[in-house]
Amino acid sequence: MADAVIVVALLLVAGSATAAVAVRDPVRQALVLAVLGVALAVLFTVLQAPDVALSQLAVGSVLTPLLLLLTVRKVKRRGQRKGREQ
Amino acid sequence: MHVLPYLVAAWVFLAGCYGLATSRNLIHAVGCLSVCQSATYVLLLAVGYRDGGTAPVFSDLEPGSRPVVDPVVQALALTDVVVGATVTALLLALVVQISKRHRTVDPDELSELRG
Amino acid sequence: MNRRTRLWLVAAGGGGLAVLLVAACLELPAFGGASHPYGDRAVRASLSRHTANTIASVNFDQRAYDTLGEMTILFAAVLGCVVLLRQTRDEHRARPEPEEVAPPVRRYALVVLPVALLTGLYVIAHGQLSPGGGFQGGVVAATALHLLYLGADYRALERIRPVGRYEVGDAVAASAYVITGLACLIGGTAFLANTVLPYGTFNTLSSGGTVPLLNAAIGMEVACAVVVLLARFLDQAVEIEEESGK
Repeated sequence: MADAVIVVALLLVAGSATAAVAVRDPVRQALVLAVLGVALAVLFTVLQAPDVALSQLAVGSVLTPLLLLLTVRKVKRRGQRKGREQ
Repeated sequence: MHVLPYLVAAWVFLAGCYGLATSRNLIHAVGCLSVCQSATYVLLLAVGYRDGGTAPVFSDLEPGSRPVVDPVVQALALTDVVVGATVTALLLALVVQISKRHRTVDPDELSELRG
Repeated sequence: MNRRTRLWLVAAGGGGLAVLLVAACLELPAFGGASHPYGDRAVRASLSRHTANTIASVNFDQRAYDTLGEMTILFAAVLGCVVLLRQTRDEHRARPEPEEVAPPVRRYALVVLPVALLTGLYVIAHGQLSPGGGFQGGVVAATALHLLYLGADYRALERIRPVGRYEVGDAVAASAYVITGLACLIGGTAFLANTVLPYGTFNTLSSGGTVPLLNAAIGMEVACAVVVLLARFLDQAVEIEEESGK
């Protein structure tokens, strides 16, 4: 039973990691990375590592996507201003 | 089942490397790097797992009553998750600076600028 | 080097690496094996020092010196971000206009904020007893503060978040870790050796000698670091604009 859960969590991680690489738009990638963060947290929980799961949940599903989105916004805003001036 | 977790870790790492090498956007590349990083956590925790083991926390567990999984690899992964996030932030700050200086975040255009 | 050659190079290198990795995976001890010599010793050492959460014991007692290194990386990374994302001379600040947030989102954010903040502080405080600790709790508490951006607006967030003080807090927490280590050196045997304070009663908040102190220092450091990082990125994304015409 525990083995089956671990296999499912592992496949979930592999799938979402592949998706995170395949998605080329950084905004979408940030959202897929959040999903990957949750999948990793589930995997770590079934691997009996609640400490790591907790930090992965906080970092992987909130902090990293948020930083990526803020960077995208900064870079895009510069692009828009440049477009308006030309 | 005996090697599946290790193979998943290898797959995630290679997928991240592929994304890193073919990325057309530095922000996307930083995201791919964090995918590579998560492969190491999967590998570490897979090495430390023990069949039928439970978490090595003894606040509600009689010591010695059940086998526990390896706490050393968990401690390694735990610190790296948080420290890795701040390093990701540093890389993103560099991307912001690059976009300010060169007005692009496409690595191909950046190498063209160098001539 | 054009894209085609590079793709071939990546394929060749990646293929070779994949073969080596799979060969290594097949040689590793089988997943879920019973032999964990380091883990067993770490558990024994942790129990002998009355720390219920073995992972906290590994991080803040048995490998406290390693955590000092990790903390230094974290501190340096934050310092680098602060330097890279400062406001330069050709930029100015534009006050962001208040944006409309849907009322249910606003109410939800304001209800969740105190709960999330308290959870973060609880996770830090109980680091040596239950799953959690400074690293996780710090991130939770710091990101929880930013729910105020959703619940109220950017200016309310700026008022409860004087970035300068959090930067000082970051440095103070880093020094507190080193000072605790030095206190161990002077009062006990070696740098960061957990021999100064009594180990206390197993499974209580004050158990584990110096573990709770180092844990609290890391909690403060991580919380301050994340607040400062998010503040700098928010500044760049929302407020700071380039002078036009440059």
